[in-house]
Amino acid sequence: MAAGRVRKVLGRAVWGVRAYGFIAAMWIRSSWAYRASFWMMLAANFATTALDFVAIMLMFSQVDALGGFSLPEVAFLYGTACVAFGLADLILGTAERVGRRVRDGTMDVLLTRPVPVLSQVAADRFALRRLGRILQGTLVLGWALTRLELDWTAGRVALLVSMLLCGGVIFGCLFVVGGAFQFWAQDAAEVQNAFTYGGTTVLQYPPTVFGKELVRGVTFVVPLAFVNWLPALRMLGRDDPLGLPGWADLAAPAVALVCCLVAGLVWRAGLRAYRSTGN
Amino acid sequence: MPTTDEAFIDVTDLTKTFRVRRRTGWLRRTTSEVRAVDGVSFRLRRGEMAGFIGPNGAGKSTTIKMLTGILTPSGGRLRVAGTDPWRERTRLVRRIGVVFGQRTTLWWDLPLRDSYRLVRRMYRIPRDRFEENLARCVELLELDGLLDVPVRQLSLGQRMRGDITAALLHDPDVLYLDEPTIGLDVLSKARVREFLLRLNAERGTTVLLTTHDLSDIEYLCERVVVIDHGRLLYDGALAGLHEAGRSERTLVVDLERELPPIEGIPGARTVRTQGPRQWLAFPASASAAPLVARIAADYPLVDLSVREPDIEDVIARMYGG
Repeated sequence: MAAGRVRKVLGRAVWGVRAYGFIAAMWIRSSWAYRASFWMMLAANFATTALDFVAIMLMFSQVDALGGFSLPEVAFLYGTACVAFGLADLILGTAERVGRRVRDGTMDVLLTRPVPVLSQVAADRFALRRLGRILQGTLVLGWALTRLELDWTAGRVALLVSMLLCGGVIFGCLFVVGGAFQFWAQDAAEVQNAFTYGGTTVLQYPPTVFGKELVRGVTFVVPLAFVNWLPALRMLGRDDPLGLPGWADLAAPAVALVCCLVAGLVWRAGLRAYRSTGN
Repeated sequence: MPTTDEAFIDVTDLTKTFRVRRRTGWLRRTTSEVRAVDGVSFRLRRGEMAGFIGPNGAGKSTTIKMLTGILTPSGGRLRVAGTDPWRERTRLVRRIGVVFGQRTTLWWDLPLRDSYRLVRRMYRIPRDRFEENLARCVELLELDGLLDVPVRQLSLGQRMRGDITAALLHDPDVLYLDEPTIGLDVLSKARVREFLLRLNAERGTTVLLTTHDLSDIEYLCERVVVIDHGRLLYDGALAGLHEAGRSERTLVVDLERELPPIEGIPGARTVRTQGPRQWLAFPASASAAPLVARIAADYPLVDLSVREPDIEDVIARMYGG
């Protein structure tokens, strides 16, 4: 009985991912028809997201350290946050359009198709130009890694990879939860942006520059700290300002998993609420 | 229990209540319940083509949304093609096609051809069946040469034909059309109607359509279901609706010159004159032919046209009568 249920849920998930794949592929093909425009948008995306790092460099032209962190260390935080967010934005960024879809009635159209609604919402207007942010973050991260002179043990490499992946998953969950809230409040896109875009900006700086309350909130309420602060502190051999036990640095995969579960439930509840009230 | 074919769409005592919150002051809100659909029952046979009409806000769209599995009913029983639309939505949607007249189900920025490719993969339509269905729709709905145009560049009529094609590629058993002819020119309207008749005759597709245009119903449906204020008002033949509503059609005649109001025509009365033009009202269930013959015999007739009653008018008369 339970096994049957699990198989059914898994089957739906696989189908949802496949559907995401072919919808996204269609959008890539269609944007590829306008190559010049594609490259320009990619460059623009790269340049605008790079401005954040320019701001950090400007600060460092006046001071030698920010909250006790050197420029390469901040660049490391910046790069990891940027890549993780970029991955989530690339794959689930359009989930923030739920409110608009509810208002203009196209949500109903999605519900008449045999494909999970989340796949349809997230794959809609899939745009490879969002790779610009990931590319830019990767460059900064690469530069930081050459300057940090870390001792590359297998454990460190694994930690770095898991940091980026789990971070991407946690940000992705935020996009989904934010999208789901718009089933109740159709103008919630702004609130969501505060968490996603705001969150990535916070994570680009060392935790020590912020007040303790903010750090606490970011760790426990919205688990953004797991994206890179905690694992990064371990990578850089620093102490955690909240004094959490050492295992918390390695908890990112578990936190990511819990986030997925919560995001899935909130999305389901949102869709159910929509289906009982309409627009 | 009726067989599934007899009650292919089976609606019993269907109800949908919405809770509406209104602000009545600082932080104070009152919640009131609105019954959008209030105990509606009807049945459609497999292969039947029925019109679903009612004024704006009557509960038509809400009912259609429940039939397509978009909305959850608050009460009553609902079966479509043997499935429960709300609980088995993903199973049901493979067997139905939906066309919303006011908004497209296609991808705005993609050419029609790409939209159809996506539909093929979403519904997992075998390639040969897909090609065959597409070729058939392209021919009958005259979509030749439009397949590579992005949807946003299509005219309303072209887009509607594109939408109908998208809804039929997976051979649905039931087709819901919400205002399929709204805003279409005469030619597009005729094409769409002709196509729907053929679809129903050749494939036996069950069709339920909402419309504001009674001539759609006249042309397409033997059966009409009327709702207003969420309640079923009438279910039967269109002629019966006219009788029940004692509704009237209008004959507009242009005479050679200005004349006193036409009189003495049995079953008709002149309701308005303006120069050489006169308006005569007659029962909608009666034929216009003897009336025209009579007027042509007695008056210098130049031109004429017949106007159908508005749905709103028919329903208002049902209340009045």
